[in-house]
Amino acid sequence: MLIYLRKRIVSSALPLVVVIVGVFALARMTGNPASLYLPLNATQQMRDDFTARNGLDQPLLVQMADYFGGVLRLDFGQSLRTGQDAAAMALRAFPATLQLAATTMVLAVLLALVVGCWAALKPNGIADRISSFVSMAAASIPDFWLAIVGIWVFAITLGWLPTSGVSGAGTWVLPIATLLLRPFGVLVQIVRGSMVSALSEPYIKLARSRGAGELRVVTHHALRNAGAPALTVAGDLTVGLVNGAVVVETIFGWPGIGKLMIDSILQRDFAVLQAAVLLTAVAIFALNILIDMGYALLDARVRPVTARA
Amino acid sequence: MKTAAQTVLTGQPRASDVVLSVQDLAVDIRTHRGTVRAVNGVGFEARAGETLALLGESGCGKSMTAKALAGIMDPVCDLAGGEIVLNGTDLAALTPKERLKFAGPELGIVFQDALTALNPVYTVGTQLGEAFRIHRGLSAKEAKAEAIELMKRVGIPEPESRVNSYPHQFSGGMRQRILIAMAVALNPRLLIADEPTTALDVTVQAQIMQLLRKLREEGQMAVVLITHDLAVVAEEADSVAVMYAGNVVESGPVSEVFSDPRHPYTKGLLESVPVHVERGAHLKSIAGSPPELHDIPAGCVYQSRCPLVQDICRAERPRLLPVNGSAAVVQTGAEDDADNGLGADADLDGGNYAGNFAGTRPPRPGRVAACHFSKELNNV
Repeated sequence: MLIYLRKRIVSSALPLVVVIVGVFALARMTGNPASLYLPLNATQQMRDDFTARNGLDQPLLVQMADYFGGVLRLDFGQSLRTGQDAAAMALRAFPATLQLAATTMVLAVLLALVVGCWAALKPNGIADRISSFVSMAAASIPDFWLAIVGIWVFAITLGWLPTSGVSGAGTWVLPIATLLLRPFGVLVQIVRGSMVSALSEPYIKLARSRGAGELRVVTHHALRNAGAPALTVAGDLTVGLVNGAVVVETIFGWPGIGKLMIDSILQRDFAVLQAAVLLTAVAIFALNILIDMGYALLDARVRPVTARA
Repeated sequence: MKTAAQTVLTGQPRASDVVLSVQDLAVDIRTHRGTVRAVNGVGFEARAGETLALLGESGCGKSMTAKALAGIMDPVCDLAGGEIVLNGTDLAALTPKERLKFAGPELGIVFQDALTALNPVYTVGTQLGEAFRIHRGLSAKEAKAEAIELMKRVGIPEPESRVNSYPHQFSGGMRQRILIAMAVALNPRLLIADEPTTALDVTVQAQIMQLLRKLREEGQMAVVLITHDLAVVAEEADSVAVMYAGNVVESGPVSEVFSDPRHPYTKGLLESVPVHVERGAHLKSIAGSPPELHDIPAGCVYQSRCPLVQDICRAERPRLLPVNGSAAVVQTGAEDDADNGLGADADLDGGNYAGNFAGTRPPRPGRVAACHFSKELNNV
C-alpha cells in the first residue's frame, strides 16, 4: 500500500507542474497590475518602476523559472494587494472552503444513500418516481440562481437567515443548501441505479436464501457493491464543489478559497492566485488518491496486488 | 396417514419420508406484453435421503420453480397459487418475513454460477458464517470457526487460511463447494440445487455431484436437483419430473421413466442422446422450439413439436394421469389413496411402492404422464 501511495504521489507531480504553467500564463493575460494598483494619473516612469519592482518586466519564461525556483523553496511570493505571504493567505482561506465542502458532501452522501436505496427497493414504484423527479430537479437547478433566490426569499422577504458572512449557524444554511442540491440530485440517481443493479445480482438472492432480511440485504450486501460508482461520482462532485464554491462563496461573502481566487483575479494578484490554484490542485490530487484507496477498502478485487492467500 | 408435520416431531428424518410436497404451484411473470404463466400447476414430492430431478430445457420453468420454492423470486414474478409444504408448513402461505426463518435452517439453495452467487466484496468466511450469525446469533469469531468447519466438510484444503480469501481467489470448483457449504450450513432438510454443475468442467462436475451425494446421505436431506442433463439425472436422481413450458409432463422413478418414457417429449429428449452414432450420421433432435409463454396453445403444451399430434391434442389439454395401469397417484389424489387403502392394491409394476409402506409411510407417487396417447407411445 505504501509503495502504491508513493507511486501515486510521484505521478501527480507532472500534472501539478502543468497546472502551475497554465495558471501562470493565463493570469498574465488579464493585464498588467500596474494599471490597477497605481493611480490613474501615474506617470509612465511610475508604471515601469512598479512593473520592474514586481519582476513583471522580465520575459515570461524567466518569470516562470523564478517562480518555480521559489516553489521548490516553498516560497510562493507576496500578495500585491496586502504584501502578505501568498501561500499563507491561501492556507488561511482554505479551511473555510473545506468546512463548507465537507459538510455539504457528508450531508449530500447521507441523504442520497437513504433516498437512493429507498427508491431502488421498488424500481418504478411510487418512491422511485418521486425521488427520480426530485433528484432530477435538484441536479438541474443552477446554483447561482438558487443562491440569489434563497437570499431573496429567506433572508430578505422572510428575514429568517442572514444574507452573507460567517457568524453563527444561520450563515451556514443558505450556502450549504445551495451547494447541496446538485451533488444530492446526481448522487441519488447514481445510488439508485447501482443499487437496483446490485439488488438484482444472484448473490443478493443467495443472501436472502440464507435468511438475510431486507435491511441486512440492503445495508450489508448491496450497498457495499453499489458503493464504487457512488464513490467515483462523489469524488468528482467534491472537486466540482470547489468550482461551485467560487460562485457561492462570492455570493454569500464566504471567506474561502473560491472568494480568494476571484478577488485575486479581479485584482491581478498573481502570486495569491497561483498559490490558491496550486493548493486547490494539490487538494484535488489528494482527494483522488483517497478515492482510489476507498475503492480498495470497499472491494478486494481492486486492491494493489498482494500475494494470494 | 402420517403427515410431514408428524415426521418433524419424530426427530431425525428417516429415509423416504416426504420432506417437500409441492402441489399445483403456479408462478406468473408480469411483462410488458401482459402477465404470463411461467409455472403452471406443477407438483412433486421430495423425500429424505433421495434426489428428485426437475428436468427440462431452458425456459421450461424449472429454475423459476426452484426460486419459488426458496422464496427468492424476481420482483416481477408472483406466486399465483399452489402449496409448498416443507415439513408440514406451507411456505406459500407465509409472508416473506416469516419465510426468512426457514431460509437456511430448513432449506438451502445452490446456484449455477458460483462466481456471481458469492458476494465479491466479502470474504468467503464472512459469507459462510452469515447463516450462523442470523439464525443462531453467533459472534463474528464463532461464526468464523463454523465457517472453517464447513469448509473442511466440503473438502476445501487449508480452510484456516482460505477462510479469509475472497471469492475471486478461488477456482470454479472450489467456489461451487463454498456455495454448497453455505446451503448446508444449518443442516437443512431440503437442498435445492439449481444446475449446480452446469458452469463447471466435466471432471469437476463429477466431484461436485459426489460431494452433493455425500452431504445428502450424511444429513438425510431431500435434494431437488434442477438440470437439463439427462446423464446427471440418470446417475444421481431417484425420481424425475420432466417439465415443458411450465408444466410437468411426466414424472416417476428415474429408472422407469428413462427405460419406458410415456410422454413424447420425454421420449424425444432421451432419443436426442447420441448412443452408438456412426461418424457422419445425423444426431437426433426434437424439431422446433418450445412455445412462447405469451401464446401457450389451448390444448397440449407439446402439440407444436409432437410427432403424434391429433385433433384432440389441439382441443384438450391432457391431465397428468397414472400410466402403466398404476392405481396411484396423481398428486391431489395421494392422500385419499393411502387413507382408504387403495395404495395397497397398486400395481407394483407401475412403480407404486405404496403397498410396502401401507399404513406407515405415505404412498410413493407412481408414474404419471400428461399425454392423450401415453399408452400407445412405445409402438411409435
